[in-house]
Amino acid sequence: MKKIICLVLAVFLLLPALALSSCGEKATTLYVYNWGEYISDGSEGSYNTNKEFEAWYFETYGERVKVNYTTYDSNEDMYAKISGGGTKYDIVIPSDYMIARMIKEGMLRKINKENIPNLKNIDLSPVFGEAKPYYDPEQEYSVPYTYGTVGIIYDTTKVAEEDLTGWDLMWNEKYKGDILQFNNSRDAFATAMFKLGYSVNTTDEAQWRAALEELKTQRTKCDPGYVMDDVFNKMETGSAAIAPYYAGDFLTMYEENDNLALFYPPEGTNIYVDAMCILNTSKNSEIAERYINFMLSEEPAIANAEATYYASPNKLVVNSEVYKSDMAEVHEDVMDILYGTSEIPMQFYENLPDETLELINELWEKVKIN
Amino acid sequence: MKKKLSLLERMAAVPHIVWIALFIVGPMLFVLYFAFTDKNNQFSFSNIGQLGNYSHIFLLSVLFALIATAVCLLIGYPLAYFMARSKPSTQRILMILLMLPMWVSLLIRTYSLLVLLDNGGLINSLLKAMGRKEPLKIIGTGFAVVLGMIYDFLPYMVLPIYTSISKLDNRYLEAAADLGCTPVGTIFRVVLPLTVPGILSGVTMVFVPSISTFYISQKLGGGKMELIGDTIERQFKQATANAYHVGAALSLVMMILILISTLIMNKISDGDEGGVLV
Repeated sequence: MKKIICLVLAVFLLLPALALSSCGEKATTLYVYNWGEYISDGSEGSYNTNKEFEAWYFETYGERVKVNYTTYDSNEDMYAKISGGGTKYDIVIPSDYMIARMIKEGMLRKINKENIPNLKNIDLSPVFGEAKPYYDPEQEYSVPYTYGTVGIIYDTTKVAEEDLTGWDLMWNEKYKGDILQFNNSRDAFATAMFKLGYSVNTTDEAQWRAALEELKTQRTKCDPGYVMDDVFNKMETGSAAIAPYYAGDFLTMYEENDNLALFYPPEGTNIYVDAMCILNTSKNSEIAERYINFMLSEEPAIANAEATYYASPNKLVVNSEVYKSDMAEVHEDVMDILYGTSEIPMQFYENLPDETLELINELWEKVKIN
Repeated sequence: MKKKLSLLERMAAVPHIVWIALFIVGPMLFVLYFAFTDKNNQFSFSNIGQLGNYSHIFLLSVLFALIATAVCLLIGYPLAYFMARSKPSTQRILMILLMLPMWVSLLIRTYSLLVLLDNGGLINSLLKAMGRKEPLKIIGTGFAVVLGMIYDFLPYMVLPIYTSISKLDNRYLEAAADLGCTPVGTIFRVVLPLTVPGILSGVTMVFVPSISTFYISQKLGGGKMELIGDTIERQFKQATANAYHVGAALSLVMMILILISTLIMNKISDGDEGGVLV
């Protein structure tokens, strides 16, 4: 009896070892950690970026690579998970300020540009003009994936044209209960900062406190809902009438509800760049670089720009007639909405010092729970 | 043979012990550590001192959880009684109907409630079609949050009560009838006291997830009804140096709160069972 049990147990113990040894030629796994719904993933017959990459890689280099693709909801989530340690990710796609923070904290690896010849397709001048990207001036650690701007989305059946004066639309008591506000400290405070004409990157405590008063007033006067991704459902069904959100996401909502429109407040608004970065802990940085290079080539770049609706920094995309005509089917003014914001003063969220971040969080708590 | 078996038995417990050590005791120690240290990893009571700022959130969470539990009990007990007393085929159907929603993830169930109740949702579209001008604003109120808790956790109340009623010896009821007790009297004086253990386990199973929820309050409360679970989540998501420690302190208090309520439940149930037996 004992022998049989021992034998059975021994077999079970050996199984994993056997399984491992028989997989000597197992594919290398590339771990990609990206925003949710931020890639053309093959759903509804679209281009499956990761599958195409795997096929392309095998064809080009004769080795099997498997992409392990997972997603996050916010820069902070991603940061918290990776800084906690023990993760295997090779590629992440954070926003500009988070890239700056991760570079500062030594979490990113310098990219070997020789492996990314398609970098020549990237043109950030619509965003930065002649200036260098503040988050990574020499572009050593990051390769831009998309960029975008925040506008105020409104329901044309509920919001009067003459109320579209600026950020004070979100403080207009006429629309009490129909207004949505960001449910995260940085974005919510930015709406107040723009309204007050301050820099969103100020370290002046008095200005943050002034913004707090604005947000408190907004809460008492307009009773806004604090949401993030729910904004899609709420705007599409007409459950809310006014919401600040990203221009690319506006197009997604517009597809479901063509009563929606977007306007850029003249005081200015937020712009961001999301860029592909390789983590310091990556074990396959060369494959990661090839993945990034693949993402910059024409077919995947267009497919992703058409899937996400965000503005692309890739010349092959912006100049593509196919892209323009495909996007025109979504909204007739699509190129203006995504790329025509040069008149509006734009502000990046820069990485703030820890004291300021703690202050914002402390003040945000006062908005949320008092 | 006996000796061999006991070795096997002990071996059988090993995975469970390892599991508990790794995933329950370990993380709890982390919570304790973070709760009593500051951002420089120095021992400190400052996080505990800050908890006073959140007292109204704790109160609101307890209040919502209590209301949800009470309503679940009021709806759940008659349902469980009806189920346990109906014929086996009806019991099976009712059981499936009760369990069916549980096969769907809690997140999806809650989100569908949002889709139903929102200003532009199904119910309000219907009301609009019937001529109502202003939408019925349910989302973003405490009512919606409590409704969500009741909807999500009702089966946890019904199941233990149903089990304890169906295990009830029919002879008690016959004896009560023989001795002249009215049917209503039988329910209140015989069935109810004998099923207190089921009630208590149902109450615990509804109260504990209700008090610690964050998703329900976030979605159905429109981001305006922050409960203690949301506060903890927000702290950990902030990813600033100090927030982890405050979040851990909040979690610790919530664990203690849950522990106390469970202990109270156990105390009551022990006492009552003894009383009934005598």
